[in-house]
Amino acid sequence: MWEYTEKVKDHFFNPRNVGAMSDADAVGEVGSLACGDALKLFLKVDPETEKIVDASFQTFGCGSAIASSSALTEMIKGKTIEEALKITNQDIANYLGGLPKEKMHCSVMGRDAFHAAVACYRGEKAPQEQAEGELVCECFGVTDEQIRRAIRENNLSTVQEVTDYTKAGGGCGLCHDKIERIIAEIKGEIRSLEPDRARPRKVMTNIQKIAKIQEVLDKEIRPSLQQDGGDVELIDLEGDVVKVALRGLCTSCPSSALTKSGIESKLRELVYPDLVVREVDE
Amino acid sequence: MKTIYLDNNATTRVADEVFEAIRPFFSELYGNPSSMHSFGGNVAREVAVARSSMAELLGASPQEIVFTSGGTESDSTAILSALNTLPERREIVTTRVEHPAVLNLCKYLARSKGYTVRWLSVDKFGMLDMDEVKKSISENTAIVSIMWANNETGVIFPVEEISEIAASRGALMHTDAVQAVGKIPINLDRTNINFLSLSGHKLHAPKGIGALYIKKGTRFSPFMIGGHQEFSRRGGTENVPGIVGLGCAARVAMKNFEEENTRVKQMRDRLQTGLLERVSQARVNGHTDFRLPNTLNIGFEFVEGEAILLRMDDKGICASSGSACTSGSLEPSHVLRAMGVPFTAVHGSIRFSLSRYNTEDEIEFVIEETPKIIMVLRALSPFNLATINAACAVQ
Ligand SMILES: Cc1ncc(COP(=O)(O)O)c(C=O)c1O
Repeated sequence: MWEYTEKVKDHFFNPRNVGAMSDADAVGEVGSLACGDALKLFLKVDPETEKIVDASFQTFGCGSAIASSSALTEMIKGKTIEEALKITNQDIANYLGGLPKEKMHCSVMGRDAFHAAVACYRGEKAPQEQAEGELVCECFGVTDEQIRRAIRENNLSTVQEVTDYTKAGGGCGLCHDKIERIIAEIKGEIRSLEPDRARPRKVMTNIQKIAKIQEVLDKEIRPSLQQDGGDVELIDLEGDVVKVALRGLCTSCPSSALTKSGIESKLRELVYPDLVVREVDE
Repeated sequence: MKTIYLDNNATTRVADEVFEAIRPFFSELYGNPSSMHSFGGNVAREVAVARSSMAELLGASPQEIVFTSGGTESDSTAILSALNTLPERREIVTTRVEHPAVLNLCKYLARSKGYTVRWLSVDKFGMLDMDEVKKSISENTAIVSIMWANNETGVIFPVEEISEIAASRGALMHTDAVQAVGKIPINLDRTNINFLSLSGHKLHAPKGIGALYIKKGTRFSPFMIGGHQEFSRRGGTENVPGIVGLGCAARVAMKNFEEENTRVKQMRDRLQTGLLERVSQARVNGHTDFRLPNTLNIGFEFVEGEAILLRMDDKGICASSGSACTSGSLEPSHVLRAMGVPFTAVHGSIRFSLSRYNTEDEIEFVIEETPKIIMVLRALSPFNLATINAACAVQ
């Protein structure tokens, strides 16, 4: 059982500002049903002063997700957009008297929903669609920008902490290396990911390609899938299309499509960037 | 506030009879069963009585029972023993829906010890495909480990039938029967099951005591190596109060067997019908016929399990959930995922597991309160059937 503060319980059992707003000036949406939590935030903004005159929410999620959403609406009401943009996920957690560390991602969700709503208000594309960084965790759809921000704002130093705050790395685990590199980079241990990404493309024969793909599958991908009782097998390579069969736990997992794209980005990173992965039935 | 305990697959209350039976073994009867004096010898006699009771419950003989610290130790002992005694065979056959006590051991054996694990899949009812079972067991299989009943859904597997297949290929058969013992009839006498694990705290005995059945004639390699206790099959001074309690719990289970399969089952069925009638977009997870009489797993769509549990807790109702948020991991139940339960329902899955200590009034209370909780949370949720259909139509 999680240890929730009285404030969390209060906001869970008596959530403030619940429900959709039909005349909202801005809506921010984050999360999804598949991921297990989602928040839709509605704002009413005074166009003169940019003051948030009203806020409401709808949340699908656990106790701390509902409490964080409720707290967020209370915190932003009456503030101007500029003032409210300064609210960090840590502020939301503090407002609630703290959250269990495994639940910090709920406060991050609150902050992200507000930023999405502001982007909507300003007529920008929602941060989800605008390519705000590169997708790192395919299972939970977390970008490197989101991870960087969580690391900086909360001074995170391990993959586990990044998972607690952003969910990144909490699924198949294929992105743990990338998360580690981002942490190291921010801590100043390595300068940048750029040279790595810009690695010149080698010309390879089909045989070399297959050998390289097989090697990456065996060394980088299969061990972590196998930990979950899953597996992937290389069936064929046609041009740039890598045909694989997913086996074991990943086929029945709702995120099997995500596993597929996780494999794809790993292969693109380590073999060459034009590869496309296609799942086939044997 | 009264506690309504519907989480008996997690653990059970120690029966009053069991508690009374144990009590003297802390105070007056504290001797060591291995001692040469009669003060210890009297205790050894009670351990023997407990062993006989446990054997009787399983249709086994007392020499086939080894007391352990619980389900997890029994599972590890059985599987590792089989691998040690059949070293030339390098494969393990098990299911995707085992308890972590078996699942994580098998993952470890695959990852660190080079064994090949054949993971059997289940269909949407949580049932095995017997053709796949037959195909997976071969002359390379050292051990087939298949649970008798699933802790999350209550689904029962045909382990007796599978044990015949295992035997025909010369493989050993283990079953994790932690959830089955005391709830459904088990008679090991005429099966080919070599090992069976059970745990005291699931059948009204204390936590930290369990047993492993080892069929006569099965080669065995101990896990706990030490003194000569348990016929040299498990070293360490016996957990006498636990063993006495488990023996008593076995006798109580035999006495209450009828009730478990009639009154408890009726209450479970009443709960199922009551909830399905009152809550729309709810579904039973797991086959409703091949199922333990005490277990009901329901997926409430578009709401999240931890939120349901917190609100139930506020009403004194104890249950559990397969949602990601309750497990400490970010992934929902591996059992429900293996069954392909749609993600709209997997996060909102609640397991109710009953015992003979529940009353009809409690069940009516839960049937009253649960629908209100689901309504409140659905009113908070941005999702409902309409939004989902709209989203799917767009894609
Ligand atoms: C099916 C199953 N196997 C094994 C165990 C583990 O038993 P124990 O807690 O006694 O180690 C449990 C209980 O949690 C279980 O439900």
